[in-house]
Amino acid sequence: MNNTSVEFIIAGRRQRRRRWIVVTSFLTVLACILCCAMLILGNTIYPIKDVIRVLTGEKVEGVSFAVSTIRLPRMLAGLFAGFAFGIGGTVFQTMLRNPLANPNVIGITSGSSAAAVFCIVILQSSNAIVSIASVIAGLATVILLYLFSRGTTFSIGRLILVGIGIQAMLNAVISYLLLVSAQQDIPAALRWLSGSLNGSQLHTLPPLVISVLVFAPITIVLGKHLSTLELGDQTATSLGVNTDKTRIALILSAVCMIALATATTGPIAFIAFLSGPIAKRLVGVGFSNIIPAGLVGVNLVLASDLIGQFAFEVRYPVGIITGILGAPYLIYLLIRMNRKGDF
Amino acid sequence: MNSLPVLKNNLLHSYIPKHMTAVLVICLVLLGLCIVASLVFGSRPVSFNELIDGLFNPNVDSYGANVVRKRVSRTVFSLLCGAALGVSGALMQAVTRNPIADPSILGVNTGASLFVVSGIAFFNISTANQYIWFALAGAMITAVFVFGIGSMGRGGATPLKLILAGAATSAVLSSLVIAIMLPRSYVMDQFRFWQVGSVGSANWNDITTFIPFLIIGIVIGIISSSALNALALGDELATGLGVRTGVLRLVAALAGVLLCGATTALAGPIGFIGLLSTHVIRLILGPDLRFVIPMSAAVGAIILTISDVSGRLIGSPGELEVGVVTAFIGAPILIILATKVKVSSL
Repeated sequence: MNNTSVEFIIAGRRQRRRRWIVVTSFLTVLACILCCAMLILGNTIYPIKDVIRVLTGEKVEGVSFAVSTIRLPRMLAGLFAGFAFGIGGTVFQTMLRNPLANPNVIGITSGSSAAAVFCIVILQSSNAIVSIASVIAGLATVILLYLFSRGTTFSIGRLILVGIGIQAMLNAVISYLLLVSAQQDIPAALRWLSGSLNGSQLHTLPPLVISVLVFAPITIVLGKHLSTLELGDQTATSLGVNTDKTRIALILSAVCMIALATATTGPIAFIAFLSGPIAKRLVGVGFSNIIPAGLVGVNLVLASDLIGQFAFEVRYPVGIITGILGAPYLIYLLIRMNRKGDF
Repeated sequence: MNSLPVLKNNLLHSYIPKHMTAVLVICLVLLGLCIVASLVFGSRPVSFNELIDGLFNPNVDSYGANVVRKRVSRTVFSLLCGAALGVSGALMQAVTRNPIADPSILGVNTGASLFVVSGIAFFNISTANQYIWFALAGAMITAVFVFGIGSMGRGGATPLKLILAGAATSAVLSSLVIAIMLPRSYVMDQFRFWQVGSVGSANWNDITTFIPFLIIGIVIGIISSSALNALALGDELATGLGVRTGVLRLVAALAGVLLCGATTALAGPIGFIGLLSTHVIRLILGPDLRFVIPMSAAVGAIILTISDVSGRLIGSPGELEVGVVTAFIGAPILIILATKVKVSSL
């Protein structure tokens, strides 16, 4: 390799790094703006001055209650759930090398959701138990998926089919649980079918926040290996990655985050599916797109929630908006993959 | 030369699968048992006298007799729905030449749901008759759309492509369903119970509305079965055997959608019956559709009624809706199929 080609490669890398930094900072700024909007906008619009005073602990007549009891928990739930779904989704998509293989399509979010509904509706258990149950159910779904789709040779198509089968079962469970819970009101029902930030409360957030703070850094660190894993097992091993350990650690972290996010906000439709591909398109190849994917997730959740709250006469929960926005993209992706003959 | 017609006759017309008589007898016995079980079991136990009163003495007006009468309509309805879904599944599998085709998996049920909900919300529909037409339109449009996406690209409609197209379409449609429902709580309440899939609320009015659709669908299914056999050999061979594949596909698919759309309209989305019954019967009788299609009706009726009865027993003192039960029996079958089907054909 001569000097000019080395320089060419270095220049290319620098350019990609610059693009990564620009995109990531842009997404961060956008997320901050949306967070502020979540606090400022509502039935009454408060000036940013008052909001900041409330956040720093001052009591402001009229503003304090709305901001700290309603809007702040809502914003935080959206922020952390969006980040968790974005990262979790992109980990699965990258690891399985197929954008369709994400927690929404293969039933992991349904598993957590079914467990959470069961604990809340039937057992009336505490917040902690709901979190634990949803994590266990998410992991159990992953293990089942693995066992059923193993076969003689691993096939991504089989994994997706098995996932859809498992999901059909879990959704039947959820519909049934919603039906027997007569006292359950409609917003709560919808939360467990498609995800909603309505009625988020500050005291329900800690499990999600802690898991994101613990597992997101782990995922980001291991994310370097993730792009190596994407090259295939043999290549990754020869490049010095311990494929099995890395994979298990990544799956564990991703499932924990997704499960706790689901236990908090319900399975917000398509965030885990959309974030990865969008981030990849923005960032380009070559750099880990885990952080950007998380940020895209945050932006999608917060923006969709704002749209759901204010764009129509009726307030729609965030999951409806992301469902209507996300599914056409899924169909577009299918059409494109079919044309290229990826199956 | 003389032996050719004889041979043809032997091979094509008088061929009857080995276990046909046995299967027929078993099915009849099972159907009988299902009917009895469906009349006897439920949240209120009935005595033998009440059973006889309810069935044969229209003058007796005791509580038990009325319970039995209610169960009669329920049983008839579940048998008819099961038969419709069984045939519908067999037809869809034959048309798409695809072992995993089923109205619920292809998203056709959700299409029917969307149209019914829109009908309730925007056009104030409320009778079974109106439900059916809306559901049929929705089922039809969704079927065409899903199959269109699924069959793009190389290799035509493979199971995986179809299933993904179905799942994606279902996702969009169910979001739209909720978006329509949410501001209208009266629709939500009506829909919440319809959406699970249940045969419990059936009355004779529903049944008489349903029967014409059932008969048309099943008759078309049986008439087209031998041509569909030819289609199973591939489009070229079928055309060579004198089948107009385009027309056949259209007619058979229409019949399949008609059956499942009508069922969905009245009973709500009940999944997996078509998948289950067709595979059970094909396992025993082999792939000949002239036998698979009518027998799927019988097996579908049996499975749906058994599911309904077990839902009543498991969920006692209330009941577990039949849609939940069939999802639990059917989804594992889908998973097993997915693991059995050769990877190359996915």
